[in-house]
Amino acid sequence: MQNTIYQKLWSQKIILSVIFLLLLLAPFFLSDFRLNLLGKFLAFAILAIGLDLLWGYTGVLSLGHGIFFGLGAYCMAMYLKLEANAGGLPDFMAWSGMSELPLIWLPFQYPIIAIALGIIIPAVVAFFLGYLTFRNRISGVYFTILSQALVLVVVTLFVGSQNLTGGTSGLTNFETLFGFSVNAASTQTAIYLITVLVLGVVFISCRKLVKGRFGRVLEGIRDGENRMRFLGYNPSSYKTFIYTLSAAIAGIAGMLFVLQVGIISPTMIGIIPSIEMVLWVALGGRGTIIGPVIGAVFVNAAKTGFSESYPEYWTYFLGLLFVLVVVFLPKGLTGLLDKWKDRRKKQDARDSVEVEKSYS
Amino acid sequence: MRKQKQLLFLIMLGLMAVFVMACSAADNAANADEPADDAENSEEDSGEDASNSEEESDTIKVGVLHSLSGTMAISETSVQQAELLAIKEINENGGVLGKQLEPVVEDGASDWPTFAEKAKKLLQQDEVATIFGGWTSASRKAMLPVVEENNGLLFYPVQYEGMEDSPNIFYTGAAPNQQIVPAVNWLLENRGDSFFLLGSDYVFPRTANAAIRAQLDAEGAELVGEEYTPLGHTDYNTVIAKIKSENPDVIFNTLNGDSNVAFFKQLNDAGITSEDITVLSVSVAEEEIKGIGADVIEGHLTSWNYYQTTDTPENEEFVANYKAEYGEDSVTADPIEAGYFGVYLWAKAVEEAGTTDVDAVKEAAKGITFDAPNGTVKIDGDNQHVYKTVRIGEVQSDGMISELWHSDEAIKPDPYLEEYDWAKELSDSLAE
Repeated sequence: MQNTIYQKLWSQKIILSVIFLLLLLAPFFLSDFRLNLLGKFLAFAILAIGLDLLWGYTGVLSLGHGIFFGLGAYCMAMYLKLEANAGGLPDFMAWSGMSELPLIWLPFQYPIIAIALGIIIPAVVAFFLGYLTFRNRISGVYFTILSQALVLVVVTLFVGSQNLTGGTSGLTNFETLFGFSVNAASTQTAIYLITVLVLGVVFISCRKLVKGRFGRVLEGIRDGENRMRFLGYNPSSYKTFIYTLSAAIAGIAGMLFVLQVGIISPTMIGIIPSIEMVLWVALGGRGTIIGPVIGAVFVNAAKTGFSESYPEYWTYFLGLLFVLVVVFLPKGLTGLLDKWKDRRKKQDARDSVEVEKSYS
Repeated sequence: MRKQKQLLFLIMLGLMAVFVMACSAADNAANADEPADDAENSEEDSGEDASNSEEESDTIKVGVLHSLSGTMAISETSVQQAELLAIKEINENGGVLGKQLEPVVEDGASDWPTFAEKAKKLLQQDEVATIFGGWTSASRKAMLPVVEENNGLLFYPVQYEGMEDSPNIFYTGAAPNQQIVPAVNWLLENRGDSFFLLGSDYVFPRTANAAIRAQLDAEGAELVGEEYTPLGHTDYNTVIAKIKSENPDVIFNTLNGDSNVAFFKQLNDAGITSEDITVLSVSVAEEEIKGIGADVIEGHLTSWNYYQTTDTPENEEFVANYKAEYGEDSVTADPIEAGYFGVYLWAKAVEEAGTTDVDAVKEAAKGITFDAPNGTVKIDGDNQHVYKTVRIGEVQSDGMISELWHSDEAIKPDPYLEEYDWAKELSDSLAE
């Protein structure tokens, strides 16, 4: 029995390391454009892991992760925009009638500060929101609605303050990063590799987090919050922590997204993308760490693939895919694997029963 | 039963995987370095897409990138159709440089990062000679760094706010001095001098209105109000109440998309007709009037470079061909026409250059003319915009627009409004 568990762990680890290695080697066998796309998908995968910690493990469904993703992305984009203008005023500010750099843009002249803020700002926003809502025991569908409303507020704010954020056009037209040309193939490959490494680190640390005692507490909160409370745990601080953590992860994903796609606009942080993010997790399989990664890459690859092959009808295909998965695989793609495993186990059990019978 | 379900799912999933793989195979084919490898792969994907023959020597690939889904699809689909019509006509007349044009259609999905991604795909994977595409300023701004970085070409067919002249973009729509500035002048002369500015909240209305403010100030006219609503906004009662209390002579309307339907209906319901207050719109053309309803907007004005009723022999032919291709109910409009002649301008420049090489085409395009449906258009060598005739029109009860005034000649494009003293501050701040 123990032997099989070891075998399983071993094989899982092997599979994961092979995938990781393949991702690291991808620059050798993918074209620049495909690599760039894969990098984008992996940035989404990082976000999906964070979202799954919150939804799959803690049972808090947030339909508002677009804003944390967006905050991270905008922090990075502001730095890139300033560097592209070499200290001058970004173009959209000039035509919005600004004459000097507004105060909130000043810290973003320095890349290190911009990157730090790209993690800190989403985390701080999430901490305050989480602290206030969870402490007041707002949970379930009420929290979900609240998070959705928040997206609407933030998007309206970003669109409305055109002189600060570039409005609906967002921020684009970047040139350099730490002095390297952002769009050069070599820089993009480096950013891709960084994305893979970040994904690896996030993946492993989140796995560590949920495999231990802490993960059990989270699952306990998901399945019976009151019981956990009676056992002496404080669910609201756990929830706040996870919410903050997943927001910070979303911020990192946003920064990596901007570096590879070269544009961030409010359409990327709005209601539809926020719901899409939840779809990635649902499709891949929530309550696992690998599921969201598979889901994010699979859904986005399907989206790109369909829209390239059938620009007129791709939305139907994508819709069909969602319906199929929801109808046939309520536990997502990883659910399919589990099913097979279960059946094999049952088969084994039946075999052993039969063997016993034949003995008796 | 459960097994059957699973089987069905797997079959479906398998089919989808085949689709995805098929298209990635196509990418590999386009990307492979060795010619032998190339031929092998192209055999594989010829089953998937029969028209996609890989014999490079016979065809020139051109990208067509518009939103075919999402909120902008309603406007952009007809521009895409016009571009495909032009490509078809050129092919029927023997193509360009003796080669047939092969359009590669992509969907920008009304999402700006998608526009950037697809433009990159067209330039890097398909290696298209040029891209025709875009509608919103945001989509153009998303594609701009991509075409500049890859030294590609983009023909952008819609009037816009100016303040831009990318070396890799040809702007076939109107610059502000070919639409907005003359419209304001005409209104001041003919309709009165108190203005109310109403626009959607994004870069085009904001920038256009900044220019209009400066112009009104210089002319000594009065600005009584300025309102912005989010894209897709549909409740205009508050704005109309403000309009009522301010009672301007003219409303200068830069609303975009669906909002126009709501605004004109509610304005009409409030009992304000074109006789009380003139609304001049710069984003409402024949296509949009179909959606708004001609009875509601009748008598209001528009400013464009082309109307379906424009009286030139080229236009007669264009309208007939367009209707023959896309149905008797379809209408032509300014951006549709700009998309259409953009293809011809590019084709002519390629013929002139003798190659599809971007730098050579750009050089050859300087000063090239074409007898477009709106009159003769000419590419300005300095800023890659197009000389165009300005036309102010009035909406008729049948949904057509009849011309009230047109400029004496095609006006030289001036995206930075450099020739206007009142715009000096505006263009100076951008030149920095």
